[in-house]
Amino acid sequence: MKNVNEALMVGRNTEGKLVRRPLSPHLQVYKPQMSSMTSIAHRATGCALGAGTLVLTYWLVSAASGDHAFAVAQSIICSWLGLLVLFGFTVALFYHFCNGIRHLAWDAGKGFELPDMHRSGKLVLAATAVLTILFWIIGFVVW
Amino acid sequence: MNSSNTPDPTVHIMRSQLGRARGLGSAKIGVQHWWAQRVTAIALLPLSLYFVLSVIRLEGHTRLQMADFIGRPWNTVLYLCLIAALFYHLALGLQVVIEDYVHKDATRIASLLAVKGIIFFCALACAVSVLKLAF
Repeated sequence: MKNVNEALMVGRNTEGKLVRRPLSPHLQVYKPQMSSMTSIAHRATGCALGAGTLVLTYWLVSAASGDHAFAVAQSIICSWLGLLVLFGFTVALFYHFCNGIRHLAWDAGKGFELPDMHRSGKLVLAATAVLTILFWIIGFVVW
Repeated sequence: MNSSNTPDPTVHIMRSQLGRARGLGSAKIGVQHWWAQRVTAIALLPLSLYFVLSVIRLEGHTRLQMADFIGRPWNTVLYLCLIAALFYHLALGLQVVIEDYVHKDATRIASLLAVKGIIFFCALACAVSVLKLAF
């Protein structure tokens, strides 16, 4: 053991023999479950929304820059590819929003029971779908 | 499941377990980061809904109409609040992701600095743009 981090990976078993501490099994041995999938999706949508803030920045900066820059930004965002990406961002946003509420409820100590957790997980998925569809319907009606 | 080809573990550091653990600092779960993430999350609940509605409202607007909308005091303030909470929340979240997956010290510190620098830059760019549109 060269450093403290590595030394901390070594412990003694009940017989007093030095052993490497066991590491938890890796990701692929687990079956996908509501708990793990909604958790990793929260992180993934968070990262995606991080990329989304670049678009937000571009949109605001172009609007502040001038008519030409804004027209270019609008044409990019309103292209089919732009709208497709935007659709992805709305899914990510509404999912992160709904599952964030679920996390805040857990932080308050509520909804930890397995049946509750499964129910709230399904609710989050349904709410994400409803909010996303609602947003785009209203969006197209206003347009 | 102990694989037989790895050598038996040994410890060359002649210190007790307690001595090794002492002075390492907290286990990186200081409450400030955790709490700030929750506070910004709660702030973002109404702010992100406001943002989504404002995007629908601004749809198809010209630049001048957009400036007119963002220039109304409540909208300016709400947009600035959104930018502050959003980018702070993003910095806290991405920090955790990087700390979880990037194990090499130099790479981790470099990515943290780069990501936080980009986030600070974007936050400032957004805030200045909102103010420029408003005034």
